[in-house]
Amino acid sequence: MIKKILVLLLIFIPINANALIEVDITRGNLNPLPLAVSPLSIDEESRKGFEKILKKENIGSEISNIVENNLRTSGLFNPLDKKAFLQAPDIANLKPRFEDWNLIKAQALITGKVNYVDDKLRVEFRLWDVLAAKEMMALAFTTVPNNWRRVGHIISDKVYERLTGEKGYFDTRIIYVSEEGPKTQRIKKLAIMDQDGANNKFLTLGNELVLTPRFNPASQMVTYLSYFKNMPRVYLLDIETGTQEVVGDFPGMTFAPRFSPDGKKIIMSFAKDGKSDIYTMDLENRIVEKITDHPSIDTSPSYSPNGKYITFNSDRSGYQQIYVMKSDGSDVKRISFGNGLYGTPVWSPRGDLIAFTKLHKGKFYIGVMRTDGSGERLLTENYYQEAPSWSPNGRVLIFYRETKSNSKGEGFSAKLWSIDLTGYNERQIKTPTDASDPSWSSLLSN
Amino acid sequence: MRLYKILKNTLLVLMACLALTACATKKEVSNVQGQMQGDVYTGTDTVEYLADGVPDRVFFATNESILTTASRETLRAQAGWLRKNPSINVVLEGHADERGTREYNLALGERRANAAKDYLMTYGISSDRITVLSYGKERPVDSGSNPLAWSKNRRSVTVKAN
Repeated sequence: MIKKILVLLLIFIPINANALIEVDITRGNLNPLPLAVSPLSIDEESRKGFEKILKKENIGSEISNIVENNLRTSGLFNPLDKKAFLQAPDIANLKPRFEDWNLIKAQALITGKVNYVDDKLRVEFRLWDVLAAKEMMALAFTTVPNNWRRVGHIISDKVYERLTGEKGYFDTRIIYVSEEGPKTQRIKKLAIMDQDGANNKFLTLGNELVLTPRFNPASQMVTYLSYFKNMPRVYLLDIETGTQEVVGDFPGMTFAPRFSPDGKKIIMSFAKDGKSDIYTMDLENRIVEKITDHPSIDTSPSYSPNGKYITFNSDRSGYQQIYVMKSDGSDVKRISFGNGLYGTPVWSPRGDLIAFTKLHKGKFYIGVMRTDGSGERLLTENYYQEAPSWSPNGRVLIFYRETKSNSKGEGFSAKLWSIDLTGYNERQIKTPTDASDPSWSSLLSN
Repeated sequence: MRLYKILKNTLLVLMACLALTACATKKEVSNVQGQMQGDVYTGTDTVEYLADGVPDRVFFATNESILTTASRETLRAQAGWLRKNPSINVVLEGHADERGTREYNLALGERRANAAKDYLMTYGISSDRITVLSYGKERPVDSGSNPLAWSKNRRSVTVKAN
């Protein structure tokens, strides 16, 4: 389904007029921009056509609900209540009466139209600057009807990009570990869902323990740790075909896998005789390289987006700290020097920051620091949380959080949370079961 | 006079409360103290036996993989039992508590199980008979979130493989 890439038609070139609205994303949700998402208009024939195929009464409203929800949860926008809208969707899309939208304090307006054409879904939408009374963008898409949710996400991405100047992150998926059962016998399955929690699907049955799935930034491949046959090994999974294979031929536990930014290598730890070192394996020629060689524990490696550096976690100083080295293993430098232990470093897709987990005085923090270790900023403090993963635009982090249990093990839960890089807009991402180890995909439509 | 009486009663109630709280706290501390030394578990309620007098597990301090005196004693007993039963192979399962990042804990579990393996080997057990398997923090024996529970979970368990 994902492979059916949307056809993108530019019907108008975006007009770059002066003084159009802009959203300052560095300030978080202090002042979310009020905007109106008018339901996409739909003619009766098209409405009936889609109702038959998709079992949705009004696909136009459904798509605009997705857009509205995405923009709201970003924390940067405040979609206004539809009940206050004065103009009907079809007329608004032709020519909005800006005074009406101004009256309800909308600064931006999204309108659009849905058609059923040759068994396909055709959607056009427009973004308007209400104060300047101007059209900012107009786009149309044609795709198979089943892709309707993705259309909503792509519209959200386009609006986000036009208003903030940065790429969006809505047409993406999250892979994670679903958790069920008592703590002492937790059943864990790989699961995948859209970024907004829709289309949740389990990828393994729970027969063996699975941990730490990570997306290939360049494709729909996933690498993860499985205890298949009670041997903890790094595996590669194609989520389109379901085929999987073990990575490399190591005489012991391999773990903590991630892809290189070009998707051609897997970097991971291999544990032997009480020490863990970092290795890479080239997925084309299967050549294995040892990157670190130290009696300590070296783990949680993550490449810089240009592939030239690796950040990782080591206890060579006596305690868990974060290090950066060149991708051939040379020039190892410790970068974390604050109080406490530091783990799970992960390089931002923008290249400028490293996100991490910090343990200090019995509390766990998710934070970010520059790649030389300066400018440490803690975004959130809790009883237990770890494993941040970046949204593809590097603005949001997703991680998991566990609650304390009493002496009988009651009260325990594991949930996915996200937080803005600014430290604002912390929110739980709903999953059908308990969840951990989230990994964010790249934009699907790129 | 009446005011004095009220005050006196309040004071009595207060004192009783204080005494009770003190009691409860004291009891808990001594309980934990009886089962932990430093933060290494020294109790027996999760321990199983491979044979008479041969405990199956050893415990570790937070973030450590150093064997305590008691652990070395346990492992010497295991080595003796393995020498008497040359056909038995074992898996050493290394574990960590829940207060650490998942990936580091996988490595730490492996390091703990290897500390036990090395000790068994110095007492004459061939490495061919020993497999090491780390579960990190994935398989706690005690699901509580408290220092005593965590101390029980920081362990290396010797399990018969055949």
